[in-house]
Amino acid sequence: MRILLNNREEEFNTDILSISEMLELKKFSYKMRIVKVNGRLIPKEMYDSTCIKDGDIVLMLYLMSGG
Amino acid sequence: MTFQEIKDHLAQFRVGIAGAGGLGSNCAVALARSGIGTLVLSDFDIIEPANLNRQYYFTNQVGIPKSTALKENIARINPNVTVIAHLEKLDRNNIPVIFNGCDVIVEAFDRDDMKEMLIETVLIMMPGTPVVVGSGLAGWGNSEAIKYRKADDTIYVCGDEQTIAGDDLPPMAPRVGMVANMQANTVIEILMRRSRDYFRL
Repeated sequence: MRILLNNREEEFNTDILSISEMLELKKFSYKMRIVKVNGRLIPKEMYDSTCIKDGDIVLMLYLMSGG
Repeated sequence: MTFQEIKDHLAQFRVGIAGAGGLGSNCAVALARSGIGTLVLSDFDIIEPANLNRQYYFTNQVGIPKSTALKENIARINPNVTVIAHLEKLDRNNIPVIFNGCDVIVEAFDRDDMKEMLIETVLIMMPGTPVVVGSGLAGWGNSEAIKYRKADDTIYVCGDEQTIAGDDLPPMAPRVGMVANMQANTVIEILMRRSRDYFRL
């Protein structure tokens, strides 16, 4: 499947992925983040149950301490 | 457009600043100098000597609340700005109340979990309100890594999105100031796009 991840096209060799699986595949390790799929905010509790499929638009924003 | 015209336009708007530390104090001062009408500040913290390495405060303000001190400092820079200073710790319940009516909200926290909480709360409780986030500013040098991007309809990000502040990578005045001023610049860009006959509902 092909998705738009942070405005960049990404390809995965599977038809469906949960958000947790995608975070693992992409080795995204920061703990604090905002995830939106097709404009909808996905709460942390739903990372396992929310699936990403072909054509989805995904936003990942990582938040780093410091200010 | 002359500076007078820009100032007159910006005077119509209200900007919320969540946190009055390195990002918040410097961003607020830049917005005050630019002529923003109203700034809503919120921070529960007291100024400590260690804050003076990057935050817009003075030695004689150590020991007083950041919100109160920032209000004083802004009054000395541009008394035309209305400053509403809150001293409570921001959370999911009070954010929509404190920042009610703000045209833009600046995320200016230090801790990553607070940054996440603020953005989530604005997305859920105040949909449509632009949030200008600061993420990644620790250390020194590496100026080219600091950038701005519009992540989403309402989320704007300033910072290097890489560095995490810690004991071995402290936040320092130059890079914190760069990100804070980039956030202020983004707020101005958002507000300058709003039409002149914009009225708050």
